[in-house]
Amino acid sequence: MSFASLFFDLFSLILLGSAAMVVTSRNPVHSVLFLILAFFNAAALFLIAGAEFLAMILVIVYVGAVAVLFLFVVMMLDVNFAELRDGFQRYAPVGATIGAVLFFELLSVLLGWEFSPGSKIVRLSTIPENVQNTRAIGQVLYTQYFFLFQLSGLILLVAMIGAIVLTHRDRSVAKRQNITRQQSRLVGDTLEILTPRIGAGVQELGIYRPKPIPEPVHHALAAPHEHAHEDH
Amino acid sequence: MPMGASVVGLGHYLTVGAILLVLGVFGIFLNRKNVIVILMSIELILLAVNINFVAFSSALNDLAGQVFAMFVLTVAAAEAAIGLAIVVVYFRNRGSIQVEDVNLMKG
Repeated sequence: MSFASLFFDLFSLILLGSAAMVVTSRNPVHSVLFLILAFFNAAALFLIAGAEFLAMILVIVYVGAVAVLFLFVVMMLDVNFAELRDGFQRYAPVGATIGAVLFFELLSVLLGWEFSPGSKIVRLSTIPENVQNTRAIGQVLYTQYFFLFQLSGLILLVAMIGAIVLTHRDRSVAKRQNITRQQSRLVGDTLEILTPRIGAGVQELGIYRPKPIPEPVHHALAAPHEHAHEDH
Repeated sequence: MPMGASVVGLGHYLTVGAILLVLGVFGIFLNRKNVIVILMSIELILLAVNINFVAFSSALNDLAGQVFAMFVLTVAAAEAAIGLAIVVVYFRNRGSIQVEDVNLMKG
């Protein structure tokens, strides 16, 4: 009993300490690393509460994806972060005041609440006995909450498409298939049929040519028309 | 019987969640200029919400809280991805990520 609460105190202390470091640290890279530490400790708190699956998901999704994404963006952007901390002292009192007000409001709720006697009746899905946490979540997630599950998948899809659309750049160096150009290409543009004497080399026939310099892309479309004019 | 409510009281969890939420709000005010740290503060706030969900789920022996915490996690991941994409695009266009410079859509 006291063993678990000892660990609870330890993990929650580290969680709150690293959360404080996230918001006050000078270097954003340190902020992200403290965020990772906070997520790990929150996962430990989830474990103590008996939510094993959620703890693992927290580590995988938050530490493995979100925090690494933050780290990636912080390191990719070449920002002068010292300049961004200009108003630090100026904003601190405002933030502290609002935080304190919020905290005392929450504290007043925390000190005077109790479960209503009927709260056990309105439970949506009771935790079944002798079933592992992951299995129990799966049993309700894919049946009772299936619509919400699909909806969250849709949210992720929209987020993925949105992120790609936002950050995708049209690079001119990228090689793409140009179907119009491909279809309008004629045999005469690329192929020449000769009937050389047997044993004659290309030099002797006078058909040796160095490789043509590749034309720029926008000229190539006009090329077939020019040839057509020459034929007339 | 799942461990949880009997091991550590619900009040402890709620206190930790409340302090974490306050730290997140404080972080938003403290780092008024740095969008990335603001996004991290929002992540902290959502983590506090998740802690409350899990604590109540464990105390009431109700799985709905954990399922909802999972949905919160999903939305938080999507929000972080979109937010960081916007930051990257913004930085590419303006060369800065100062919140005060965000006035392109001002009439």
